[in-house]
Amino acid sequence: MTKLRIENVSRVFPGLHGGPPTRALEPTNLDVADNDFVTILGPSGCGKSTLLRLVAGLDTPTTGQILLDGKKVTRPGPDRGMVFQSYTLFPWLTVAENVGFGLREKGVPVAERNTIVAQWLERVGLQSFARHYPKQLSGGMQQRTAIARALANGPEILLLDEPFGALDNQTRALMQELLLGIWERERKTVLFVTHDIEESIFLASRVLVMSARPGRIKADLQVTLPHPRHYTIKTSPEFSELKARLTEEIRAEAVLAAEAH
Amino acid sequence: MRPLQPISNTARALLGVAFFVLFLAGWALATLGGYVSATFLASPVTMVQDGWYLLTKHNFSFDIGVTIWRVVGGFTLAAIVAVPLGILMGAYKPIEAFLEPFVSFARYLPASAFIPLLILWAGIGELQKLLVIFIGSVFQIILMVAVSVASTRRDLVEAALTLGARDRGILGRVLIPSSAPDIAEILRLVLGWAWTYVIVAELIGSSSGIGHMIIDSQALLATGQMIFGIIIIGIIGLISDYLFKAANRKLFPWSQI
Repeated sequence: MTKLRIENVSRVFPGLHGGPPTRALEPTNLDVADNDFVTILGPSGCGKSTLLRLVAGLDTPTTGQILLDGKKVTRPGPDRGMVFQSYTLFPWLTVAENVGFGLREKGVPVAERNTIVAQWLERVGLQSFARHYPKQLSGGMQQRTAIARALANGPEILLLDEPFGALDNQTRALMQELLLGIWERERKTVLFVTHDIEESIFLASRVLVMSARPGRIKADLQVTLPHPRHYTIKTSPEFSELKARLTEEIRAEAVLAAEAH
Repeated sequence: MRPLQPISNTARALLGVAFFVLFLAGWALATLGGYVSATFLASPVTMVQDGWYLLTKHNFSFDIGVTIWRVVGGFTLAAIVAVPLGILMGAYKPIEAFLEPFVSFARYLPASAFIPLLILWAGIGELQKLLVIFIGSVFQIILMVAVSVASTRRDLVEAALTLGARDRGILGRVLIPSSAPDIAEILRLVLGWAWTYVIVAELIGSSSGIGHMIIDSQALLATGQMIFGIIIIGIIGLISDYLFKAANRKLFPWSQI
């Protein structure tokens, strides 16, 4: 069943100071199935973040439309939770208040809100940091809180824009396992943007490769590795084969992107 | 001493006090040492004697109270008007486009130049004093608050939007809390300026207040009294600054981390 439908969506940014307009995203068609974990892989500047922002409703497509559960996306909303690459926890709220932000906005009663917040803090392993302020947390903990904040809101789809991009390799690997664990239990529909090939395979049931400017989807791969996935799967032959293929795909794009800059 | 290297709290306090001591020593040397005529500059000792005389014989504490009330009154009125306006200007671009040019213009109108006009309009009573401070503070606060609110991190606003916040939520739960420590800091700064306006207002057409005492003392060539008045203003400023900082630390613990 289709959860998210992207129909002929493109985005052209007007040129700065009379320069030529930037075609960030070529007309794109994409169907995302319910409960699917889709990663969007591409070099920086390929329009993958633009596509995600369009789905989130933070930006408006130049052409085409985006449908979530058959309903047209016109503005940001709580049905599309988002985790950003930059640390976007509200610095004046504690970890628990951050996680409860969306619920409070919805008008969920305090008692129910507290229960949901406690649940999510436990799932991301931050129960003992509930009363800390974001600045007192490490980068990995902040992103865990951001994931909990997005999911506590009960969104239809979770959008992640390189959420682990600023983390060190070890933390990143742990975060991938945590996110995958949550997905294996919740089976939310996820759209995850990354430029890390390993990450895109490990997490996904489907990988989309995007080409450099103008951005478009150039490859669409199913990942049939079994669940639950253990980190050791990263050394399996199937994994290596997928990785080799995606490396080839992405390398050509990276070369093009580097020349274009 | 190296660039940006922090120092201990004790060292900070000692250095801060040291300058006061140095300043006082220089002043004492110049006056008590006979380098400057007592007609133009009283010595610290004379200043303290004159101050005691003012407090005990002339009920100077009443003047201090009057001046504080004027500053706090005028400044509070200005803050009540300016903070909400500044927030709206920072949040909504049409309001900004509507008000910003006028406020920027009005900001440069010197409050002291309004005093003759204000005396004409409001007489020489308390209202006129309050209005001087009001005019001097209100435009500054509006503009600075607007800038602070407008510079709220865009990604925080976007995060709130994706969490389902609507306009009211963005305003009340992102823009305002995010710039609240800044706004408190702006108020602290402008309160300092308000002190300069009140003294100017009291120098002209006033029968009470620290400024009135200073202008009275000028006629008597009582430099000790004048300096005492000025120093009292400085001390009150220091105390109010300290109270403001302490309140900010208490109200916004997150911004101190």
